[in-house]
Amino acid sequence: MRIGPDEPCVPGLLSAYPSLAARLPGAALPWLRRRRDAAIERLAARGLPTTRDEDWKYTSVAAIARRAFGVECEAVALDEVRAMVQRHAIGGTRRLVFVDGRLVAGLSDAGRLPAGARVESLATIADEGGGDAEEWFADGADGADGFGLANEALWRDGAWIDLAPGVELDAPVHLLFVTTRSDLAVFPRNLIRVGAGARATVIEHHVGPDGAGYLSDTVTRIVLGRGARIAHTKLQQEGRKGFHVADVAAEQGQDSAFVSHAFAFGGQLARAAIATRLGAEGCEARLSGLYVGSARQHIDHHTCIDHARPRGTSRELYKGVLDEAARAVFNGRVIVRPDAQRSDALQSNRNLLLSEEAEVDTKPQLEIWADDVKCAHGATVGQLDADQLHYLRARGIGESDARALLIRAFAADALAGIEHGPLRARLESLLPGALPEAV
Amino acid sequence: MLEIRNLHATVDDKPILRGVDLDVRAGEVHAIMGPNGSGKSTLAHVLAGREGYVVTQGEIRYLGRDLLALAPEDRAREGIFLAFQYPVEIPGVANIYLLKAALNALRRHRGEAELDAVDFLSLVKAKLRLMEMDEALLYRAVNEGFSGGEKKRNEVLQMAVLEPRLAILDETDSGLDIDALKVVAKGVNAMRSAARAMILVTHYQRLLDHIRPDRVHVLAQGRIALSGGPELAQELESRGYGWVEAEARQPQAGVAGGQA
Repeated sequence: MRIGPDEPCVPGLLSAYPSLAARLPGAALPWLRRRRDAAIERLAARGLPTTRDEDWKYTSVAAIARRAFGVECEAVALDEVRAMVQRHAIGGTRRLVFVDGRLVAGLSDAGRLPAGARVESLATIADEGGGDAEEWFADGADGADGFGLANEALWRDGAWIDLAPGVELDAPVHLLFVTTRSDLAVFPRNLIRVGAGARATVIEHHVGPDGAGYLSDTVTRIVLGRGARIAHTKLQQEGRKGFHVADVAAEQGQDSAFVSHAFAFGGQLARAAIATRLGAEGCEARLSGLYVGSARQHIDHHTCIDHARPRGTSRELYKGVLDEAARAVFNGRVIVRPDAQRSDALQSNRNLLLSEEAEVDTKPQLEIWADDVKCAHGATVGQLDADQLHYLRARGIGESDARALLIRAFAADALAGIEHGPLRARLESLLPGALPEAV
Repeated sequence: MLEIRNLHATVDDKPILRGVDLDVRAGEVHAIMGPNGSGKSTLAHVLAGREGYVVTQGEIRYLGRDLLALAPEDRAREGIFLAFQYPVEIPGVANIYLLKAALNALRRHRGEAELDAVDFLSLVKAKLRLMEMDEALLYRAVNEGFSGGEKKRNEVLQMAVLEPRLAILDETDSGLDIDALKVVAKGVNAMRSAARAMILVTHYQRLLDHIRPDRVHVLAQGRIALSGGPELAQELESRGYGWVEAEARQPQAGVAGGQA
């Protein structure tokens, strides 16, 4: 579908920018201002992606383009937000809470950090001068689409996590992004740098009320030093009318490990691009995901695993459970560059369709340029197994319980590798299907 | 306990059962034998309520009720248990979880309290010993990666835990070596009681060396062609099924009721 230049979304963002620019974080930093200006220019030229763009072929963002979103933050009723934060809090974590795009210190508690660890508001860092961040503060956004450009121009806050070499964060960092208002666009931006041998677990969590039609346009950049490890869990629970467009990209140093879990439950239209570049020898990337859709939800995951150097290992498993008229897109790109000999890549996407109207477009996209590699992929789309269902019923388990049990069993292995107990318990409570009772 | 009258059933519109009559009383063990394709397994599936097995004529009464009106889970809750010929693998569902969910579904149906974890575990462990099974199998996914013998033992384990009124064992002996066969037979024999009936569906006589039936029926051409005592199984072992089938092909020949 063609998105015309007269659709209100992009013009609204462009016209808001001139008066906003001087008040955005880091406005005093010339290099940052130049980046924002350049991004807004490119956004004006490029607009939002359309289904003519290969990466957006199955996901039309016309419903976003048609809406005029405001970008000004208003005062929020903290009492209402507090209840939401309590509901979504995860025990045993260091928590930063962002409401309508900005950190709320009163709801946040990063706890006592070990020496060499910084967990801060990105806006604060920018206002303090940006530290040494210029070279990685924003990626060269030439390849970014309209959503990436809008984020780069208009971001107001996000997390800055910087771990010096060897630092290990004992508790996960929980970044909770709450959007409270309809017709608001927020642009969280997170920058995470894990130094050589350092380790971190980060939970990036997006929530909003069910009735609000807002846009959450997020960017997360991760840089892993030699031997560093990050476990990044993205938990998307936007409100049922919310729009969510996310871009997570990691750059991996030698022998580093990028572990990504992506759980998508909410939103009327949700898109997540998750990419990692195995940019040095001996990297490991583990990507897993679970998307659960019902009603008329549209959930899109585009992943890219770029084996750029030798001896990299990647493992990817995405699962989907789709009911009613939900639709999902999975595009799993794996690149093995000519240099990346002895790469080992496995990809699997499995989908369970629970209704006649549910639909999934699944596409593995393997680009192998080296010869000494092991690569395999598989995709399945199926329904509940009639033999399994009958077997359970023949043991006295009622049909709806049996269905719930099988749905649950299908989805449950998306939790493999989630180590933090309270996060695991939360995810278990969000899984589709159910256990009739616990053993 | 079970009365089958003039039962006709089709699978994929193909007639398989063509007038089965059978009576099974509490305390009895019946063997249903017959050549491949005679309809033995179809009868077992019809009793358990498998979708796709369509009863076109006749009736089945179980404890005086119309069995065919009950959903599969309700049949199980009323005490019918089918040990599957091909037990289904269910990745992601722990064996012990299935056992507990099934037992509690039955208990709820009977208006009994659910067993707590301690009582449940001690019950299951006792049955595991009976079936000479490793406790580790409890925590594996249902039948996933189980050997053929382990799957069959697991079926009998479920039966031992659920204590059905009417147990139907569909070719539980197939694919078992002699040691496993003895264990399965021991488990089944331990469950014989005056209140419980059993139907053993089998191709071979060897299971009946270990579980002595009260009645033996031969199914041929979708009907019970011949019924007799345990000695009939031995006769079939030495003479084969050919002569029974030949008689069954004659119109009206050799049709005998279950309880002559």
